[in-house]
Amino acid sequence: MIEQLLFYTFAILTCGGAVAVVATQNVVRMAFWLVVSLGSVAALFFLLHADFLGAAQLLIYVGGTVVLLVFGVMLTASGPYTTIKTAPAEGIIGAAVGLMLLMVLVSSIGSVDWGAISGRLPSSPQSPFTADSIREAHADEAIVNSGSTKVKTDLAAIQQQGRTVRQLGLSFLGLRPDRNLKEGGANGLAPGYFLPFEIVSVHLLVVLIGAAYLARAKRRAVSEDRVSLD
Amino acid sequence: MHGLFAALTLEDFIARTISSLTKIPADSDTLLLIAFLAAAFTHAGLLLGLFGGLPVFYIWLERKVAGRIQDRLGPTRVGGSFGWLQTIADGIKLIQKEDLVPKEADALVFRMAPYLATIASFAAFMVLPISDGWIAVAAECGAFLILALMSLEVLGIILAGYSSGSKWALFGAMREAAQMVSYEIPMAICALIPLMIAGSLNFQVIGRMQSGGFWNWFILHDPFTFLAFFCYFTTATASVKRAPFDLAEAESELVAGFHTEYSGFRWSIFFLAEYSSMFAVSAVAAILFLGGWHDGLGIDSVIDSLFRGTGTGIIEGFSLGSYVANLFGAVVLITKACLLVFVQIWVRWTLPRLRIDQVMTTCLKYLVPISCFLFLAAVLWPLTLVTMFSRPVIAGPALGERALSQQTTTSIDASERLGAAR
Repeated sequence: MIEQLLFYTFAILTCGGAVAVVATQNVVRMAFWLVVSLGSVAALFFLLHADFLGAAQLLIYVGGTVVLLVFGVMLTASGPYTTIKTAPAEGIIGAAVGLMLLMVLVSSIGSVDWGAISGRLPSSPQSPFTADSIREAHADEAIVNSGSTKVKTDLAAIQQQGRTVRQLGLSFLGLRPDRNLKEGGANGLAPGYFLPFEIVSVHLLVVLIGAAYLARAKRRAVSEDRVSLD
Repeated sequence: MHGLFAALTLEDFIARTISSLTKIPADSDTLLLIAFLAAAFTHAGLLLGLFGGLPVFYIWLERKVAGRIQDRLGPTRVGGSFGWLQTIADGIKLIQKEDLVPKEADALVFRMAPYLATIASFAAFMVLPISDGWIAVAAECGAFLILALMSLEVLGIILAGYSSGSKWALFGAMREAAQMVSYEIPMAICALIPLMIAGSLNFQVIGRMQSGGFWNWFILHDPFTFLAFFCYFTTATASVKRAPFDLAEAESELVAGFHTEYSGFRWSIFFLAEYSSMFAVSAVAAILFLGGWHDGLGIDSVIDSLFRGTGTGIIEGFSLGSYVANLFGAVVLITKACLLVFVQIWVRWTLPRLRIDQVMTTCLKYLVPISCFLFLAAVLWPLTLVTMFSRPVIAGPALGERALSQQTTTSIDASERLGAAR
């Protein structure tokens, strides 16, 4: 009940913030509404017990991207408050693209058979009395290899409480404990995300070096007899 | 360790108490909702007390320390001796002031920015453990989350400076943005070193690994963590924009920097956020490097053995012994954090302010390479020891063995307690 209330609050804030980003013309106000919208998305992640994802959302989007956006506006703005005026044609094209994306999303969500999937999800939110069993599972968390049913309840409990950091870390190293332990290695080992993770890392490194190269101060060769005041 | 981790949460406790008093079935939705709300408000109230109470003390401390360093007395009159009510008097004066919004300002953002900074600073307290098991949100990725939340405070400051419509404020905000974007990198890398040694992002686990004597603290784990502590503390001082890194305010150059145009309540909650963040970064430093809630001299184990098991069972899920032990842990942690805050105040009134280019040079040319080197060396240290002495530490049991033995004793404790409860 309280979770429903919180969900609707943050869902409204997310959508309202997003609409306000589009509707305002002042860039810094847009950044403010972006903070509201992205922060509410992080709150939705926390409600779904995806703690790590929520923290990453806060760190990368709210703390990183929006700060850089405002910083960029401050460095480049010519007037006191930069505004973006959209022509009516741009508005129509933007609305059309947005609506088409919305229709694609709605149709793909509608085509999923949710009844079949809900059976695979961990059990519904805990009451204080199911929490006992979860806590007991935690106490035995160190002993993972003690029978497959035990492992299943452990994993469900861990995922339900948002304790997914270790699993995330392992899957970035190429191990998928959630899959491999559940299926008992019957279908071979499930691949992790080691290669994509490395590719993304190298890609980011290349971008970083490229940006440093582009932004580097270009020093002209100063002839010997002229004193450079720089 | 002291049993509260495996015992009831406040929510369970309230639900069970109400149901046993009123004969309402304990799993009814209304009861659970009431229990949830009561527990949430209790936790929030306790945190808010800490969030509001500590700055009151720190602002008084700042005035006294500044006075002593400048060879004067500081506040002496308000509240009798020592001027201990000075901050309250300041607060009452500030609330009475008019809430001004300049004509040039972007009113919406101008009004909202102080709240953004304060909420970000308060949110960091949610994942900050005060003692073993005394934590509002025991997130598995607590350390990552607290770094994320503390990085949000800068946004409120930048928006405040930008929306003020004043050149002083704009310069302050710009400096703050440049400074924060740079200093977050060495801060995160330095915080990563103890996290890597502990192998966990969970503050509870990190704190428990440093139990026992002070030689178990991560600052004394190897020479590189020792240096990493000072590196972290420098960047943390910069990240809460304290002198010598207080370029965003810089009273002598920019009037008051980003909060030039603010007055009254909005001005004062900027300071609430600043002083609370000082506590937050110091408490994180204490947990990551200085043993958290363990005093390191063995007093906590004495208290634990004296009070273990006393008062258990009078109220279900509450043990007086573990409460006393936890209370002592909280006092230890807050004392450590307050000492670090005192160092920040001391540094502020001793060192001159750097220029903005010096601030950037310090970060990009010194702190980033130093922190990268320390991280690499801290990774290689146990490997080198294993190659040379075939053991990962110089003396005592390895960290993993210590953690494992503790975990097994904790889980045995927990299962015994659960068995006894049934």
